Amino acid sequence: MTPLAKLLEAALFASSRPITTEELATLSPDDSPAAIASAIDELREHYDVDGHGVELQEIGGGWQILTRPEYTEAIERAQLASRPQRLSAAALETLAIIAYRQPISRAEIEEIRGVGIGGVLKSLHERGLIDVVGRGEGLGRPLLYGTTPVFLEHFALRHLEELPRADELAIALRPIVAATVPPE
Amino acid sequence: MDAVSSRPFTAATEAPVSGSFAVELPQFSGPLDLLLTLIREEQVDIYDIPIARIAEQFVERIRTLALNDAAEYLEMAARLLRIKIQLLLPAGQQEQWEDPRAELVRRLLEYQQMREVVDLLERRGEERRSHFSRAYLPAQPAPPQAPLALSLVELLTAVDRVLRAVSRPDMHDVIPRALDVPGAIVTIRAVLAIRARALLSEMIANAREPWQVLSMLLGLLELAKLGELRVQQPRPFSNVEITPAARDAASEAA
Repeated sequence: MTPLAKLLEAALFASSRPITTEELATLSPDDSPAAIASAIDELREHYDVDGHGVELQEIGGGWQILTRPEYTEAIERAQLASRPQRLSAAALETLAIIAYRQPISRAEIEEIRGVGIGGVLKSLHERGLIDVVGRGEGLGRPLLYGTTPVFLEHFALRHLEELPRADELAIALRPIVAATVPPE
Repeated sequence: MDAVSSRPFTAATEAPVSGSFAVELPQFSGPLDLLLTLIREEQVDIYDIPIARIAEQFVERIRTLALNDAAEYLEMAARLLRIKIQLLLPAGQQEQWEDPRAELVRRLLEYQQMREVVDLLERRGEERRSHFSRAYLPAQPAPPQAPLALSLVELLTAVDRVLRAVSRPDMHDVIPRALDVPGAIVTIRAVLAIRARALLSEMIANAREPWQVLSMLLGLLELAKLGELRVQQPRPFSNVEITPAARDAASEAA
């Protein structure tokens, strides 16, 4: 490995959060962005080709060294680390709506889900998956919610654009053209 | 739980009676979820929902729900029954007729779309859960500062440097030189007693030290304040004339 790739490896190892490419670049200001990018590639290939228990993943807007999935069971069985809890269906639905409609108010989410979501919003906020990103124009200036970098990290997303666009979903919203003639 | 058989009317042609009550609330995340499940089970077109049949099924199912959780389901049930009635009512103007189901269909599709995203997020979440990172922790406070690497010698050298810097303070000896204003006043009075007019330059002609000039000046000002004399300067920077006030007043009176 080149010295630059080793430097990046050390920094990625030292951090418990994903590190962005820009942050990695500050480690070695003399190197060009292209050199940083190729050092990242080098490190990733080093893990992939030489056979390591960890791999380099682009996640949550940055880079992170993660264990390979084949060792997850063993690590958890030995109680060396535990996986984050799964989110409830209600929490996932709420997150999905926020991810696509942000910034969005509680009332709008409830309208789409058809149920009250007070408790769900609170727990999502406590887990750092969503945050208040502003206030709406409507009555009472409702709080507007959006997703956070932790959200991206939690779902192994590089950025929000990695989610399919609304019109790319199998069930794209389309104008209702069903019966416009009353039944007999 | 015997409501199925005793229902007053059955819109559905072949209601799946047996399985209808094996429903638990936590299975559904809301009335729209339940409605979508029914539509899927009944295999009906979402754009052409047989409202009577679906509404019937819906009401049937929410009977098994606990009351405090059922408010949102009851609202949906009411909405479905309302749509059903609207469909039964004779339509007035053909062109202005709008399918009362349209809004419900829009919401169902929107909800279904969201469920698709949920599936995607679930897959990605599972994928991520199969990896461990180094200490998956919330944002940590700023790292504490590293302890100072400092030896005693360095400390003492620094102290020595500081003491050396202040060992020779730049001090002045201040010698008090009191002004002799009373002495100057005596001199001025004496001069004015024998002369009707004096110039400042004459008064300070014998002064050798600044303090003597200053004493004379302050003495003049003091006497002027007391009204014993007048101090005048015809032009800027010209000589200052000193005249006794009494004499001046007398001459004016004359």
